[in-house]
Amino acid sequence: MKDAATPVLLEVRDLRTYFHTFSGTVRAVNGVSFEIGQGEVMGLVGESGGGKSVVGFSILGLIDSPGRIEGGEILLEGRDLVTAGEDHLRDVRGREISMVFQDPMTSLNPLHTVGRQMDEVLRLHSDLRADTRHRACVEMLESVGISRAAERLKAYPHQFSGGMRQRVVIAIAMLANPKLIIADEPTTALDVTIQSQILKLMRAQIADKGASMILITHDLAVVSEMADHITVLYCGNVVERGRTRDLIENPAHPYTRGLIDSIPDTSERLDRLNQIPGSVPDIRTLPAGCNFRDRCPRAQALCATEEPVLAPQHNGLMAACHFPLQPGERP
Amino acid sequence: MTAFLRTEFFHNYTRSSSAIIGSALMAFFAVAVLAGPFLVAQNPYDIASLDLMDSYKPPVWLDGGDPRYWLGTDGQGRDVWASILYGARISVFIGLVAMMASCVIGTLLGLLAGFYGGIVDSVIMRIADVQLSFPSILIALFLMSAVGTGVDKVLIALTAVGWVVYARTVRGSTLSEIEKEYVQAARVAGLPNHKIIRKHVLPNVLTPLIVIATIQVGTFVLIEASLSFLGVGVPITQPSLGLLIKNGFDVLFSGLWWTSVFPGVAIMMLVFGINLFGDFLRDELNPRLK
Amino acid sequence: MFGYLIKRLIQMLLVLWVVSVIVFLMMSFTGDPVFMVVPIDATDAEIAQARRLLGLYDSLLVQYWKFITSLVQGDFGRSYVFRQPAMTLILERMPATVEMVLVAMVLAVVVAIPLGVYAGANPNGRLSRIIMSSSLLGISLPGFWVGMVLIYLFAVNWGVFPSSGRGDTAEVFGLRVSLLTWDGWHHIALPAITLSLGTMAILLRMTRAGMMEVSRQDYMKFARAKGATRRDVLYKHGLKNALIPVVTIFGLQLGDLIAFATITETIFSWPGMGKLLIDSIYRADRPVIVVYLMLVALIFVVINFLVDIVYTLIDPRITLK
Repeated sequence: MKDAATPVLLEVRDLRTYFHTFSGTVRAVNGVSFEIGQGEVMGLVGESGGGKSVVGFSILGLIDSPGRIEGGEILLEGRDLVTAGEDHLRDVRGREISMVFQDPMTSLNPLHTVGRQMDEVLRLHSDLRADTRHRACVEMLESVGISRAAERLKAYPHQFSGGMRQRVVIAIAMLANPKLIIADEPTTALDVTIQSQILKLMRAQIADKGASMILITHDLAVVSEMADHITVLYCGNVVERGRTRDLIENPAHPYTRGLIDSIPDTSERLDRLNQIPGSVPDIRTLPAGCNFRDRCPRAQALCATEEPVLAPQHNGLMAACHFPLQPGERP
Repeated sequence: MTAFLRTEFFHNYTRSSSAIIGSALMAFFAVAVLAGPFLVAQNPYDIASLDLMDSYKPPVWLDGGDPRYWLGTDGQGRDVWASILYGARISVFIGLVAMMASCVIGTLLGLLAGFYGGIVDSVIMRIADVQLSFPSILIALFLMSAVGTGVDKVLIALTAVGWVVYARTVRGSTLSEIEKEYVQAARVAGLPNHKIIRKHVLPNVLTPLIVIATIQVGTFVLIEASLSFLGVGVPITQPSLGLLIKNGFDVLFSGLWWTSVFPGVAIMMLVFGINLFGDFLRDELNPRLK
Repeated sequence: MFGYLIKRLIQMLLVLWVVSVIVFLMMSFTGDPVFMVVPIDATDAEIAQARRLLGLYDSLLVQYWKFITSLVQGDFGRSYVFRQPAMTLILERMPATVEMVLVAMVLAVVVAIPLGVYAGANPNGRLSRIIMSSSLLGISLPGFWVGMVLIYLFAVNWGVFPSSGRGDTAEVFGLRVSLLTWDGWHHIALPAITLSLGTMAILLRMTRAGMMEVSRQDYMKFARAKGATRRDVLYKHGLKNALIPVVTIFGLQLGDLIAFATITETIFSWPGMGKLLIDSIYRADRPVIVVYLMLVALIFVVINFLVDIVYTLIDPRITLK
């Protein structure tokens, strides 16, 4: 779903990542495909349990047992990461693709100084001398808005506030000039006032370095401000994708509509929050047909028997729905 | 029952060799303890059934072994195997009873501390703190040195060291439970404390207590054995496995090893079985690890 | 920092005071020490006289006051058996115990930490399973029985190690030390191994549990996302974090070693303070028991204090408050 002009950076084709547990196989990611162009921001959206994070970890090859990538391709500038060896993946991690985790309180090692944790990236991915690395770390820390950077490098994570720690995490992620940042709910654990600062910072950093980003979130409001494109996941499948404006204004899939309607709107006084009725079904025992049909106001007999596939809709959107919404239509 | 056979717990049990070996060992000792006297011809406490002519017979596979006494005999002609079966009864009895007493007393004190807080809580928990900074064996040894030998006194000493762990666990659960809003609401609405305990606190704390209790039986068997080995545990008329080892130790230097080695093997198998099973329980019942 | 030290000191004194009360009460309610000091054929008058001397006619409160004031003044009473100051008796034997406990501790740490790290890093490996089963066996064994089996095998049967005593010692600053002579090492080997097994097993299991707990942490995954190798992540990011709980129980384990030394010393006739305690219990030599318990209590509170200090050195999040 990239614009024709921008070259493709990452292409995910039919990715399947399953977790084999006692109570059955969890098909956390079940045939997900998307593309990201260079310098683009893609939002990966869905409710929790929808397999968003697993997509992120699959791209980095960090799926641990009992999880396994069962099939598909992850092409980074044409090279497949699924079949790549661990050595190659290690070169990719941190240098070409880096990741920002959800909770800055737990993603930094409490016993190492911030400086040491930043320096580690440069030691792993460059032949720079110690003093050069130190200078790079100071500059990076300053560029994420942390003052007295040289001094703060000697501090431990617990001496920083949550927002500051997330800045450190972003600094670590940007340090080796990666081509792609995967940000997994980067602001969910933070105060609302800090959230927009961090988002602004991330946008500035990406624009500055010309990097791309996958922004994984359950929060459509966040993604609509940041992303060029949006991919909506439900039960491990892509249910809709398209350019941000088109998708937010006139979604074709009833699930996307539901997500948009559940954004609390501060400009108008709402009597109630419009939640999508029901909850995400048990992913281990998905029935035939459309996974969303039990919660869908438009479901009909066909939805129970036949699984919808992604198909072109209005305004260049792609959606997997037998009865897609037309522009302006409410479910 | 069939529902139980289909649970994840049972499934993992059948896959875990340590759980199976552990419960097999425990089952073996259960049979030994319950049916022991019917399994052997000799009653080692009945002097009439002993024959000094049979003293210090080696195990049956060594020269001079007697097929009637497959693990050999001691200085009074007592069958080592019979002694072990009778001794295991005393060891297991002490372990189980002391565990139950510790569990009941510790749980009650933990509930008191958690519910009432304040001075009650402070006193109970400070005692627990002081006690926890001392090794159980030393406390038990000191208590036994003060009160003298006897099965009842061993039980008192073990209970005195054993209650702390329950009290701490139960207090923790109680505190976290009464913090919860629905319990607060129930309290305000006048739900009596015993109902809150029965409905909310105990169900939450039961799982860790099962694990603690299982492993504690093994610990108690070992402590009792140590006390008896030192001569401050059970009296000579009620020899537990530990006392059998002590009696055998006196003749060890003459090369008569079997009177002390086999009771030790019995303790090891018993406690190892309990620990294997306890480990499995902890892994299964601790949701944080899954 | 200064405030912390004051606070800790008060806490330590409080613990010692509680211990003194408990020890005093237990001792007062059980047994009659008068028969330890009078001859077997003593007349009633002599017994009454001895009672008066021991202060047994005073009220409990007065007795306790006498007990605690003499403790504070450094008068710890005389052994009924040896007719010597109890403190002197114990201090004479303390180096032997300390020596054995230290050797056992070093042995336990040196074996347990590497094996525990390995088992935690490769939880499903064959070797890890063997290590874990052995360690579980280690905590299921009665320590005294292991000592006996070692004596039977190495001393009685093969005659390669002595079964009892401390052997030759060398004198350093007035202390007798076994570790400076070959004969001393020869004698300490079996008791130290016996004593170390339980602690070894527990430290091993703690280390492994710590490693496994740490492997689930976000910062481990984040470190891998930076491109570090699995090995580097485990050892550079994991190990130190995993050892924090191990340090916590280190103090308790040292206490356990001192406690179990009483049994080990009894088996190996090791002339330490633990054997003195057991002998004193047999002979109802009350002053020695009391001094032993108070001294060990002091050692424990000091160890716990030191462990807290070590804690702050490892974990920057903890400050002394």
